[in-house]
Amino acid sequence: MSATMTSSSAPSSRSGYRAPVADQDWRNVGKWGGLCTLALVLVSLIGMPVGLDRRILIHPVLSLGYLSLLWIPLVLGFVVSRHVELEGVESPEPGGRDLLAGALTGLLGGFGMAVFIVALDTFNLRDPLVNWSPQLLELLNYGRGLGFGVVAWIAACSVLGLLGSSIHVIPAGVRRVVSYGAFGLLGIAVLEGAIADLSEGFGLQSLTDSIYANRGGVTVVWSIVLVVIIGVVSMLTRGRFKAAKANYGELQGPERKRASMILFLLVALLTIILPLFLGTIMNELLANVGLFLLLALGLNIVVGLAGILDLGYVAFFAVGGYTTAVLTSPDSPFFAPEMHFAITLVIVVVFAGLVGLIIGAPVIRMRGDYLAIVTLGFGEIIRLLFMSDWLKPYFGGAQGITNVPGVDLGFVTIKGTDPRSVFYLVLVFCALAIYISWRLQASRLGRAWMAIREDEKVAEAMGINTVNAKLLAFVVGAVLASFSGAILVAKVGSVFPNSFMILVSIIILVVVIVGGMGNIAGVLVGSFVLIGVLGGPRQPGLLHEFQSFKLLIYGALLVFMMLQRPEGLVPSARRSQELHQEEFLQDVWLKGEEHEGEEHEEELHAAEASGAEGHEGSGA
Amino acid sequence: MTATIERKSARQVSKVDRFLTLIRIFLVSLIVIGVLAFIAQQVAPDNPFARWRNPDAVGLTGDQFKGLLMSGLSQGAMYGLIALGYSMVYGVLGFINFAHGEVFMAGAMTGFIASDKFSANGLWESNFLLSLVIIIVLAIMVSTLTAVLMERVAYRPLRESPRLIPLITSIGVSFFIQNAVMGVFGPSTKSYPQLPQWLSKQRSILTFEIAGTKLLVLLVAAMSMAGLWYLVERTRTGKAMRAVAEDKEIAALMGINVNRTIVTTFAVGGAMAGIAGILWGLLFRSVTHMTGFLPGIKAFTAAVVGGIGNLPGAMIGGISLGSAESIAPLVILEPLGVPGVSQLKDAVAFTVLVLVLLFKPSGLFGEQLSAEDRA
Amino acid sequence: MSHLMEIRDLKITFGGLDALSGLNFHVDEGEIVSVIGPNGAGKTTFFNAITGLVDPTEGDILFDGESILGLDPHQVTGLGIARTFQNVRLFPNMTVLENIMVAQHCRTSQLVLGALLQTSAFKKEEREIEERAKEVLAFFGSRLVGYRYDQPAFVLSYANRRRLEVARAMATQPRLMLLDEPVAGMNPMETAELTALIGRLRSEWGFTIVMIEHDMRVVRDVSDRVVVLDHGVPIAQGSYDEVSTNPDVVEAYLGRPAEDQA
Repeated sequence: MSATMTSSSAPSSRSGYRAPVADQDWRNVGKWGGLCTLALVLVSLIGMPVGLDRRILIHPVLSLGYLSLLWIPLVLGFVVSRHVELEGVESPEPGGRDLLAGALTGLLGGFGMAVFIVALDTFNLRDPLVNWSPQLLELLNYGRGLGFGVVAWIAACSVLGLLGSSIHVIPAGVRRVVSYGAFGLLGIAVLEGAIADLSEGFGLQSLTDSIYANRGGVTVVWSIVLVVIIGVVSMLTRGRFKAAKANYGELQGPERKRASMILFLLVALLTIILPLFLGTIMNELLANVGLFLLLALGLNIVVGLAGILDLGYVAFFAVGGYTTAVLTSPDSPFFAPEMHFAITLVIVVVFAGLVGLIIGAPVIRMRGDYLAIVTLGFGEIIRLLFMSDWLKPYFGGAQGITNVPGVDLGFVTIKGTDPRSVFYLVLVFCALAIYISWRLQASRLGRAWMAIREDEKVAEAMGINTVNAKLLAFVVGAVLASFSGAILVAKVGSVFPNSFMILVSIIILVVVIVGGMGNIAGVLVGSFVLIGVLGGPRQPGLLHEFQSFKLLIYGALLVFMMLQRPEGLVPSARRSQELHQEEFLQDVWLKGEEHEGEEHEEELHAAEASGAEGHEGSGA
Repeated sequence: MTATIERKSARQVSKVDRFLTLIRIFLVSLIVIGVLAFIAQQVAPDNPFARWRNPDAVGLTGDQFKGLLMSGLSQGAMYGLIALGYSMVYGVLGFINFAHGEVFMAGAMTGFIASDKFSANGLWESNFLLSLVIIIVLAIMVSTLTAVLMERVAYRPLRESPRLIPLITSIGVSFFIQNAVMGVFGPSTKSYPQLPQWLSKQRSILTFEIAGTKLLVLLVAAMSMAGLWYLVERTRTGKAMRAVAEDKEIAALMGINVNRTIVTTFAVGGAMAGIAGILWGLLFRSVTHMTGFLPGIKAFTAAVVGGIGNLPGAMIGGISLGSAESIAPLVILEPLGVPGVSQLKDAVAFTVLVLVLLFKPSGLFGEQLSAEDRA
Repeated sequence: MSHLMEIRDLKITFGGLDALSGLNFHVDEGEIVSVIGPNGAGKTTFFNAITGLVDPTEGDILFDGESILGLDPHQVTGLGIARTFQNVRLFPNMTVLENIMVAQHCRTSQLVLGALLQTSAFKKEEREIEERAKEVLAFFGSRLVGYRYDQPAFVLSYANRRRLEVARAMATQPRLMLLDEPVAGMNPMETAELTALIGRLRSEWGFTIVMIEHDMRVVRDVSDRVVVLDHGVPIAQGSYDEVSTNPDVVEAYLGRPAEDQA
């Protein structure tokens, strides 16, 4: 267990000696237990349990509100009994002590929660703490009085802590099935809106009606059934997926090309056909995801490939939006040519590129972190200018420009009231953006960007005009963002300065980082998971109850990802190498590639033969 | 291999450089023309140059100008106090702690909660000075704690990572704190209780009309700066901080506890931000969860203006930025005929940042960074 | 005859300290010149000045008869001067092949449009870049070819990293190559191998080479001419034998004999 405990605490440089084992155990359990209490109380005070209680996941036992608390002891129980895994070293057998540690961590959390409930009942601190309310107390007591609440929290947290730690103890096969079942069920519950909508499109309404209760949430019976189904399926398909992936990886030449083609066609077909079966709300959601995906793809080129942290990225989004509004809307206050969207788009590209150059030129030579803040400043300046009275005669000030027409394609007009058409428009541009990212990545310019990200000085010394290369990254990113802005304005039908807060830049940054910097697939996953489920700055996601908490979650996610998984959910091979260089090196050595072995031996012999002499020689 | 190398004419100025020169010239001439037009207005309101861009300009009276200067100075003093935190952390760890603005906000928020309670039980009116001291101490404690926790939880594990990683993390921290505070204390604007009459009334010092509150702000800021200067230059802790800023490894070899020194740096920066938070509360009497954002970025600007890592520079940078922000819209933009100049206050602050980085990237008073951080 | 590179009265001052004071130097087409000198003699500063990383305080640097002062490093590389670094600086997370491909940046021209439209010119250029990269890597025998192409540079052994750095400099297609301690830290066998390669760089690839080196056997084996720097001034130059017996040089390395000091 001693190894267990040291794993979670950062190695302190101060203590050169090993503390006695038992002592360390309890301190750690105390630390995580305290953390558990803190997290539970903080979540309660932020108002998540009450705010999210309306969303029911499993009817009638579990609401999102309760889940927002209950995951804490579960995860911390898991963390507290985690072991260090060292390649080639046998890790200590997980066992009873781990379970005890998990349960104790939960117990401490539960105890803290019990104290909190009593305090909630006794004092009134509503004045500064806005969520210190009778509803919270009611919710935490399950409506059955103080005594029940206290006992229930202590019991529930201990059990959850125990469960969390037991994940280490149970055999791998069972763990797999259980976790697939649990996550699958959670997914089905969260995706309720999408699934219901989709099945309606396919005429399977009766099925979803029986799965989901009237007030929302999967029914208890169906929960059990679903967990069993998912568990069985996961058991049956065990390893198949991996094998298929490996197979695909091993394909060569034309065969691989064909496989990729089929895969691509499948995905394309799916994205084209699926929206036909979805209702307005889901299509709206998809369109929003697409808009942010477009932004994220652009930022991915700037941050992920060229390594320029541009926090004012929203400026280009704004430029795209305003250019479109001015050129197409009849209500544009100063200059209203009422052009067609297609012509506008050309001008938007030119304009965004120009603004990219103008903003890029002064900042491109700055140190990376200065650049971040200065671009943030530029992003804000642009918004303030659009908002100011000074430019009001041109851009309408805070009232913005309204009455922007949709995109008239002759046979159909794409506008916000028909989100499906907007989705298709966005889809085209996303496809374009993916193509651009993909082609550029594997080109001369892409390599130059990578080199600049790695070591700017050396890149310059190797003949790369770093200033121009970085400016180009800026411009390409700007153009993609401006597309997104143009579509957004055509969709919404109006443009306001406040749609372009710094917040947007940061949310896109979170999307790129959570998904996986420098990786197109990662950015795709990031946009779907974050924008689709949590929602964009103003756009609701599937869990629209999260509206008031999503920025908090974005912030927490950003910190968590940076600390625990900086390469993102879907890392690019290169990124994860970079961030885990040592592990990768270890791997390469342990696998001991044949050639390498020979070579090393040869070098080793040579070194032995004349080791001492060599040192003399180089010292001259 | 025979490579044919085309000879380009050497010594060519790149287009980017040419463009930058243009920007520089443009910005400088804008400022010069603005100031000249302003002077022209002041000298004779009806001369054609003054009327050229802005026919309705009325200029400023001497008292108005002094008033602007005083507001700028007092606000700048707060920027300076916050900037110290940015500067110290950058000096020691080489990254921008974007969340430092939230440390300041935490101080202002603490001040609000405490003063609100004092106001409710009457202490605020009956013994203002005592309650002021208490809220300052409380704010310092909360801000220090916030800064230290931040370091421990979010930044310490990332000490060896590339520079942008802790910066991105700090953006996340900033977001998290902002929204957690909003969740816990609500999104509404919170007002500090009324200040006693003897403090807030206008005083006349050397022909300068100044509200007592602003005087208090300047006084407290000066005292804090003096205390900080003593700490950094005259104590062992300060020596350790300077050593760690120079080279962490060597400092560790010399027996300095690097971790503790870094924590101290965050704590001292946090304390300064806490004081600034209270001063902000007293001066503007309102605080929300977003209070830290703009002052935070402006304080960073101030740190850059003064030369990052340079503590007196940070203070002077803060004061210059504050004055520029309060005076420039009326002295440069108004005579150029820009309407609604007060809306552009923040834009002016960011423009100052760009200007300084274009002309003197190491700040007005020089950076004080280790060679590694400068790269 | 004009020299390939000529340096006149080069003086570089860092904060009042003269790193180089009044250096005169030249190298002719096809020469291999070694620059030696004790640590801190200003050798690396000398390279940094040529490649545009450091701006000289005084003096002039002529390449092919034209001044290259004030050029950006990438422009200097574009003119045909390539360098390696004393403390190997590869692009660690790029593959071996990419490291070489990226070095051909200034000899190629395709930008965004070619890549997006996959024009034939783009494809041809990509093909050429890859072929040339493989050609360069093949120069080092079997060490950097085959499965090595797709390995990230940071997994390479120290000696291979040094080789890769030389390869990267070769890929920029220079006329003049500046090698900063190319064999530092290598064992005698690797040193001997690389020494031979340096000779072949001239004979097969036609590079002119200026090399900073501490290993006197390497200096003796490959250089036509040796320049000795001490405290930022050249104290001797000539063939290896001339220089190695020059009393000033012996003094710079070993210090003044005891009786003289007294």
